[in-house]
Amino acid sequence: MSPELAIGIAIGLPLFGALFIVANDRYPNLREAVTLVTSACLFLVVLSLLPEVIAGRYPTATPIEILPGLPISFTVEPLGMLFALVASGLWIITSIYSIGYMRGNSEHKQTRFYTCFAIALSSAMGVSFAGNALTLFLFYEVLTLSTYPLVIHHETPEAIRAGRTYLGILIGTSIALLLTGIIATWFVAGTLDFRAGGILAGKADGPLVGLLLFLYAFGIGKAALMPIHRWLPAAMVAPTPVSALLHAVAVVKAGVFSVVKVLVYIFGIDLLAKTAEAQWLIYVAGATIVIASLIALRQDNLKRRLAYSTISQLSYVVMAAAILTPISVMAAALHIAAHAMGKITLFFAAGSIYTAAHKTEISQMNGIGRRMPWTMAAFGIASLSMIGVPPTVGFLSKWYLVQGAIEANQIFALVVIVISTLLNAAYFLPIVYAAFFRAPDDDGHGHHGHGEAPIWIVLALTLTAAGTVILFWTPGPAFDLAHQLMGAAR
Amino acid sequence: MIIEHLPALQIVIPLIGAPACMLVRYRDSAWAVALVASWIALAISWILLQEVLATGPISYHLGGWAPPIGIEYRIDYLNAFVLLIVSGIGAVVTPFARESVRQEFGMRRIYMFYAAYLLCLTGLLGIAITGDAFNLFVFLEISSLSSYILIAMGNDRRALTASYQYLVMGTIGATFYVIGIGLLYADTGTLNMADLAQRIAAEPMNRTIGAAFGFIVVGLSLKLALFPLHLWLPNAYTYAPSMVSAFLAATATKVAVYVLIRFLFTIFKLNLSFGIVPLADVLLVLAVAAMFAASTVAIFQNNIKRMLAYSSLAQIGYMILGVSFANVSGLTAGIVHLFNHALTKGGMFLALGCAMYRLGSVHIRDLAGIGRVMPWTTAAFVAGGLGLIGVPLTAGFISKWYLVLGAIERGWWPVAVLVVLSSLLAVVYVWRVIEAAYFQPAPTNPVRMVEAPLSMLLPTWALIGASIYFGLDTRLTVDIAQKAAAALLTAAS
Repeated sequence: MSPELAIGIAIGLPLFGALFIVANDRYPNLREAVTLVTSACLFLVVLSLLPEVIAGRYPTATPIEILPGLPISFTVEPLGMLFALVASGLWIITSIYSIGYMRGNSEHKQTRFYTCFAIALSSAMGVSFAGNALTLFLFYEVLTLSTYPLVIHHETPEAIRAGRTYLGILIGTSIALLLTGIIATWFVAGTLDFRAGGILAGKADGPLVGLLLFLYAFGIGKAALMPIHRWLPAAMVAPTPVSALLHAVAVVKAGVFSVVKVLVYIFGIDLLAKTAEAQWLIYVAGATIVIASLIALRQDNLKRRLAYSTISQLSYVVMAAAILTPISVMAAALHIAAHAMGKITLFFAAGSIYTAAHKTEISQMNGIGRRMPWTMAAFGIASLSMIGVPPTVGFLSKWYLVQGAIEANQIFALVVIVISTLLNAAYFLPIVYAAFFRAPDDDGHGHHGHGEAPIWIVLALTLTAAGTVILFWTPGPAFDLAHQLMGAAR
Repeated sequence: MIIEHLPALQIVIPLIGAPACMLVRYRDSAWAVALVASWIALAISWILLQEVLATGPISYHLGGWAPPIGIEYRIDYLNAFVLLIVSGIGAVVTPFARESVRQEFGMRRIYMFYAAYLLCLTGLLGIAITGDAFNLFVFLEISSLSSYILIAMGNDRRALTASYQYLVMGTIGATFYVIGIGLLYADTGTLNMADLAQRIAAEPMNRTIGAAFGFIVVGLSLKLALFPLHLWLPNAYTYAPSMVSAFLAATATKVAVYVLIRFLFTIFKLNLSFGIVPLADVLLVLAVAAMFAASTVAIFQNNIKRMLAYSSLAQIGYMILGVSFANVSGLTAGIVHLFNHALTKGGMFLALGCAMYRLGSVHIRDLAGIGRVMPWTTAAFVAGGLGLIGVPLTAGFISKWYLVLGAIERGWWPVAVLVVLSSLLAVVYVWRVIEAAYFQPAPTNPVRMVEAPLSMLLPTWALIGASIYFGLDTRLTVDIAQKAAAALLTAAS
């Protein structure tokens, strides 16, 4: 299979799977089998591209040229490869989890759920392999639209309202700011291709760079920089597998991925480093990290706390990239993978608790670890990764982030990292402590008859929790890819 | 021999078709006549376009009388393109009309409907092809009178008032135009466009020409429904029969925009249009106002046909905005949007026609859950809606791309941002339909609902498919529009 073909298959396969899912509407077992097979095949296809990228050959494909010099094109470079690997790999595990969750909770319209999931994955592949800003924009929008039915899955008035917030913010910012930025880039640079070293160097400077950075940083609403983060807590009305894969991995990572990609391949970090007007990004990201963590502290709803934690962690990636040293760019790439692994485990655990015990609030979870030891152990490990304690992968990305900050003499970033680490510990550890060491409350409803969640769910969250530890010892390809990106940034 | 008379045949064939419809008096035969005439018209305009692309502008002297005394048909890049738009839309909506018209009308009047339709087609093609300013007025009246008939044939009795409203406004517009032409004739003594252009350029600006300019621009603005002279349009599109809404929305205002471009650039030229008269500023303000005001009103419409009508007003704003830039990118955007919007909006009106055929209503309340029972119709509407928003991979994106580039080239950054922002309003009104169609439960006791017949779905998808195709492959459209824009600007400066 040629790499060009593999790119096409990676984007087409989930769509093809979606067709089969629709066709098997009446046969749930067959339908779920299609999801599993598609996700496994997708991962293999993406994996087949890895050796090429590691070898430094970046496969490209240009299926159509819309206007002269403005094609829909794909290039597999290290950052995109990393994102595609993370998203497609975790899709397999999420599919396993979804089966347990959707059946365990007898959710309605499961066919629509699995179909939209597959389309969302297809567009996530498109985002990760996009070869220019227009292609990125296109798949970015498809990703938003395909996840809307997932967000409003329950179709309650509350879900519909949340869905409007979700679409309004994401579509609004992307069209008003991102598209404007893309067109302006085209006008200034004459191209939209992602190139190592950037395309704006020598063509724009000073305030224009600052303005473009503003358009991109806030236009990519999926990166959830404050103040355009509101859509993410709103999206938490979705079923938990959606929150897990899409709003901890695919959608939000597509956001920060796009930001890093734009910083490295459109602006070029050298250009940004010498432009005074572009330094604000690090402060906005730093502020988002701390403020979101403070808000997370005050949330009693577990999924909302996780959502604000996600907002904070996403800004780690943005801040790492905005420090503008090669090593911090590498930290940004690593953190995309590290946070994905950890946060998906946390969401899996939240869904597991909901399925087994029907509990959503943290204050109800005293002593739950005794009944659900696997779930809460996984939750504990993932929390450690969020805080950045070895031996979890969260430590690795934080390590490089600190190195980058020291290298760039960014005292502000260092202070933010220290404060937020403390805050992370403050909002995760009490949950783990209460789950294991507090006596269960007697809430009088007699809901204590539950045990562990269904086996599919436990299997999935054990795998991802193990992943956070395994990645610490053998970061393997993630490390290689991040290292290569560092070369491209240099 | 036939080939050299194609410019005349372009008009004559649909013109002969109209009385033929009256003669056969039977609905299917009349339909067949209309179909054949429309397809021949399309074939002719395609050949003419190829000829213009190969050998440059064609000048045809009607009856062998040499211009400026005789009537000249003059076909360059711009009007060859407009001819293709009009005849192409005609060729696609006629097959659609058969089922749709049969259901919406009393059986008796169907042959008259096709006669009126062919006359309207004749008029619109004639406006586009002629190189004579007065001849243009004649065709303008042919198309207007027949479109009053077509609109009045709507099922709803409000169609009559809508048609009357259009008749009053349209007549004022046409009268203004003919007054302007009269003044020009008084001053220059000619009616031939090329001749007019030369003579106006040769003499210094005077009041007669100034008054003529004013009358013509205002008259045409009425015909093309430029905000705030648009009041006739929403009702006319809302209450007209489905096929008529699609046909007129896709062609009538486009042709009027063409005439405005022709007068501003070919006849009055830049020095007068955008130099002595500050028309660029006026058009810019009105176009932006149309984009925002009409789109905002569209958001609050519950009748989806009316919503599309207001959306059309906003889209006309985009075209006029492109014209007001008076540079190649802006004019390219305006011209290519004539084509792209004709496909998109025509397709969307046809999709609504399908919904009307099955549901008997296009109220948003009645469209709840339609996505499940009429998946192809709904998908066509949504794909068209994406084009209205200007999502990449649709034709609408191409127009907006050049429009924004035109604004930036002019240095009007705020205008570029306004263009992008106004797309957000389109997102809202398109989304309302998507939400109703896909995410609301269908009424509990639906009338037996199935997908529309194939003879209606195919034309709908032909237009929507084309609107997507021309978002991917822009060689034909952008190439011609750029050539036309460049030629216009060279001639105009």
